[in-house]
Amino acid sequence: MDGDRASVLGSRVLRMEDHRLLTAGGTYVADLRVPELAGAAQVTFVRSPIAHALITGIDASVALGEPGVVAVLTGRDLGDLNGQAGQPMPEPLLATGRVRFVGEPVAMVITDGRYQGEDAAELVSVDYEPLAAVVGFGAALADETLLFPDTGSNVVATGGDEQGAGDAMFDGCDVVLGATFPNQRVAPVPLEVRGAAAAWADGRLTVWASTQNAQIARATISGRLAMDQAAVRVITPDVGGGFGAKIGTDRDAIAVAWAATRVGRPVCWSETRGENLVAMTHGRSQRQTVRIGGTRDGRILAYRLDFVQDLGAYPRGAYLASLTRLMTSGAYEIPRVRCGYQVVVTNTTPVDAYRGAGRPEATAAIERAVDMFAAEIGMDPAEVRRLNVVPPGSFPYTSPTGAVYDTGDYAAALDKVLAAAGYRDLRAEQARRRERGDTMQLGIGLSVYVEVTAGDHASGETGKVEVHEDGTVTVSTGSSPHGQGHATSWAMLVQEELGIPMADVTVVHGDTDVIPRGTGTYGSRSLQLGGAAVQKAAAAVREQARGLAAELAGATEAEMELDPRLGIWRVRGESGTELEWGKVAGQAGIEGLVADVLFVAKSPTFPFGAHVAVVEVDTETGKASLVRHVTVDDAGTLLNPLLAEGQRHGGIAQGAAQALVEEVLYDPDGNPLTATLADYATITATELPSFELVASQTPTAVNPLGAKGIGEAGTIGSTPAVQSAVIDAVAHLGVRHIDMPTTPQRVWAAISAAAISAARGGQ
Amino acid sequence: MKVEITVNGGQLATDVEDRMLLVHYVRDVAGLTATNVGCDTSSCGACTVLLDGESVKSCTLLAVQADGHDVTTVEGLASADGQLHPVQQAFREQHGLQCGFCTPGMVMAIVSLLRENPHPTEEQVRSGLEGNLCRCTGYHNIVRAALAAAGPAHPRGQDEDRPGGGVAP
Amino acid sequence: MIPAPFSYYRALSVDEALDLAAEHGEEAKFLAGGHSLLPLMKLRLALPEVVIDIGRLADLSHIRDAGDHITLGALTRHHDLEHSGLLARELPLLACAAGQVGDPQIRHRGTIGGSLAHADPASDLPAVVLALDATLVARGPSGTREIAAADFFGGLFETALEPDELLTEIRVPKPAAPRWSFQKFTKRAIDWAIVGVAVQGDAVALVNMGETPLRAAAVERALADGAAPRAAAALAAEGTRASADINATRDYREHLARVLVARGLQEAHARA
Repeated sequence: MDGDRASVLGSRVLRMEDHRLLTAGGTYVADLRVPELAGAAQVTFVRSPIAHALITGIDASVALGEPGVVAVLTGRDLGDLNGQAGQPMPEPLLATGRVRFVGEPVAMVITDGRYQGEDAAELVSVDYEPLAAVVGFGAALADETLLFPDTGSNVVATGGDEQGAGDAMFDGCDVVLGATFPNQRVAPVPLEVRGAAAAWADGRLTVWASTQNAQIARATISGRLAMDQAAVRVITPDVGGGFGAKIGTDRDAIAVAWAATRVGRPVCWSETRGENLVAMTHGRSQRQTVRIGGTRDGRILAYRLDFVQDLGAYPRGAYLASLTRLMTSGAYEIPRVRCGYQVVVTNTTPVDAYRGAGRPEATAAIERAVDMFAAEIGMDPAEVRRLNVVPPGSFPYTSPTGAVYDTGDYAAALDKVLAAAGYRDLRAEQARRRERGDTMQLGIGLSVYVEVTAGDHASGETGKVEVHEDGTVTVSTGSSPHGQGHATSWAMLVQEELGIPMADVTVVHGDTDVIPRGTGTYGSRSLQLGGAAVQKAAAAVREQARGLAAELAGATEAEMELDPRLGIWRVRGESGTELEWGKVAGQAGIEGLVADVLFVAKSPTFPFGAHVAVVEVDTETGKASLVRHVTVDDAGTLLNPLLAEGQRHGGIAQGAAQALVEEVLYDPDGNPLTATLADYATITATELPSFELVASQTPTAVNPLGAKGIGEAGTIGSTPAVQSAVIDAVAHLGVRHIDMPTTPQRVWAAISAAAISAARGGQ
Repeated sequence: MKVEITVNGGQLATDVEDRMLLVHYVRDVAGLTATNVGCDTSSCGACTVLLDGESVKSCTLLAVQADGHDVTTVEGLASADGQLHPVQQAFREQHGLQCGFCTPGMVMAIVSLLRENPHPTEEQVRSGLEGNLCRCTGYHNIVRAALAAAGPAHPRGQDEDRPGGGVAP
Repeated sequence: MIPAPFSYYRALSVDEALDLAAEHGEEAKFLAGGHSLLPLMKLRLALPEVVIDIGRLADLSHIRDAGDHITLGALTRHHDLEHSGLLARELPLLACAAGQVGDPQIRHRGTIGGSLAHADPASDLPAVVLALDATLVARGPSGTREIAAADFFGGLFETALEPDELLTEIRVPKPAAPRWSFQKFTKRAIDWAIVGVAVQGDAVALVNMGETPLRAAAVERALADGAAPRAAAALAAEGTRASADINATRDYREHLARVLVARGLQEAHARA
């Protein structure tokens, strides 16, 4: 960079996206009013009301006679395109033969209007022959009823260390503890449900999809529909939240795209929330068994995690277990660590990525185990953590499961968060309430975490920067924003490199005809890969411009300087030689002043942090209320702290939600019990406090921005801290564990059971 | 049935199906798509608009029920010269939105809340937003935005200006 | 989701509403604020062929002081109950409970009459009018009749109203004692009560402890016999028939009833 000036990087810059979203609203799939979709028909899915059944017949004749019905399409109409030939557990686009979860799409009703679609879908008659449903870990592993009889088992995969083996790893421990608990199934609930629209013209298919990655969606859609990738264009309009559940392109959207090729007019689909809660993928859903051993003076010597990952009806999320395994030992340096897992299918909604995707599960398991260990040896949980975290001088640190933690200072994060929370005072207040026997008890929960972001760093991300002859800039990014603020962040990077004001920078994304190469936004990868690509592209443009400016000024490149404040080139020290960006761009001629970069990082990054949750528990009713939540979330160098804080806030809330209230439930027959937002207890503003965020930035050398991911960190840290706080609030009553979510009834039951056990013990 | 509904000051008379929901009237008849549908059970608040100045969930109202009444959506909030409404302005300044999907409903809920209670406490804001879900912001900056839009409260020893919020034990 | 098709009629007077109801019989439903009926219609759990909109009957929306009692029009909104100065003075229990129904948007539309006629045992106001010994006034083809709150709630979503009758007014006697409390226990603020308790004087009513709102008769008897509030509250689950659902087992509901009645009595006494 030439010259001195205040950098925009690291500033709390307000978002460029907001004015439009606040005055006209976003343009989400359901809002599209583009000419290509004029006269579009509406798609309504007929979904299975039964968890496991054979389909013995589908009769659409009545529905076809209803007003406005254009077509009713089934798996049979899809022919060879419907299946997933060669897959051991194939997932068709529309179920034929067998349904495997309530909500599975069976047929599509195409109508002129949406109201007609809902009416007609009720009239499609599907005959089912019910089968026993596989619900829960035990039923899956029992293999008495199989979802895919040809495979001989509901177990999709087994990985890591052998189950049950390795008891010798606990040799030499003074204390060995074990427990089994669920990391319960939760629903992602992006406020915008799933949706897609498609138009078929001149042998090309254009698909508008609510997705986190347009280019991958194009590959998925063209692959499933046996089309040339070039014949498919995917456009991502505004996306109303994804949280991992819009990474994959669901079968429903692919079927919608296909329908456009069949019915002779464009089609639109936007599901209902009721459909969303049963047919969009869920998250988590593990049964975890932990075993931890160590010395009485607080050293953890051995830890093992064995878990079963329930993937629901189809193994879309088969990779999740390996992410949990990778992060088994968390932020701790433990001499002996093992992790083994089994991945199973059940007659429930498929499970896939949800904010954290495999890592929150690992963190929750070890943090719970560390708390149990601390309780057993009678040591403060903060002290046990301080003793066992990976020490600051050990980075890069290779964990026993092969993760290479790049940079960090976990003890410092813990100390900072304890100081900010006033940990000592909180413990004193807790002691006073216990002494008084208050109804409202105080609980303090801690977590120290490390997580992996940009795990698929090798795919990299694209960024293209072009300066136009009017001096404005277009940034084309392969990343795929849906609330993260890329337009602002990428413009900041351009302003930094080129001195062109952010207001003159337009960021485009999510149109595969404009940006053929790209990966998308998930796994907390955007800034460290996509942002780095934009920065490198902008820097390349600057150096190209230097040559062009030199040509224009009749000087050498070395003599040219960019005034970063004004965004003007000049010959160093010579007034009157000023050249504006537009002029320089004009000199580039037909090739344009443009650079297109694919940035590939050498490795993932490992953000870390520490959380303190403070809850009040009403010991008479069991209701827990989160009253404070204090966090250090260190994601390396921050580009825009305002946006990073927003990511933390949202992450903390979703993690706290899992700890406190949210859970997807099924009855034993696989019928969903939480299929509306009245039943699925999505956390609201009244269940949360304002959050207290502590700043901490430990840069990474993995990318030029020094940045790690921040999208998932808050969730990963908050879940175990909040759960731990609830348990801590009633620990003096003899409670050692409460499963998530720590609902009032669960807390009350734990207090009651501890009281009974204490009474028996006293006899 | 023929209905005449004033949306953002403009009168529109048209025939609608008896069962048409107000939110679909706003989106499809009036063509104003900022107001979103996020659920089926009046749980999420994404569809919140003002009916005669008060917040309502437009997914739980028939268009025919709004016949002869005034509806205001987020598109009708800024002044004619483009000046943002104080709540819109505060959302921008406090980073009160991310994906933007809940935002129109959230803004309208807060406009209504502040009309009824111009200087709410943080707790009153939170309970006033109990019917509006957001999945991106953790509500933190939405609450800040509502408090900022309200301006400084009368000094009553309330906790709204303490950045940490919550209960200090 | 959208309701199945129906025919919409707008009544401009009570007489017109009754004529329409008489004409369409059991196929018709009255629509007041719509916040109980429309969600059920959207989920297609309710499929009325005829909807009679009574929302514009302005003479059914009022809160009046009638000397020894307060009269409430059936179409008085929760929001209006919550913010009424008259109720704040005379029936603070009702004002407080109305302010906890649903969320602000729902309170801007939902009405007391709609809530009572819907008779959901998990909703707040049925138990409140029961605790207040209110009288419900219904008009039908053969005129007006008065129904004691205690006789109004017949079962799950069932009331003493005939299909051709319209609930028009609620008359609430002014309580003798200023002792009241409303305890609503929920997982989230927006949720229906897992259990709720309304206390007015020595009257105690329960939300969601059976198929209808219930008076906690054993508690009331114990109080009348001079029992201490805590001892009386221990009887709160007697005679109840709480259901089990994803939020609570029957045991837990019974426990909550005892805790909340104790708190309610304590708070009520503290106001004396």
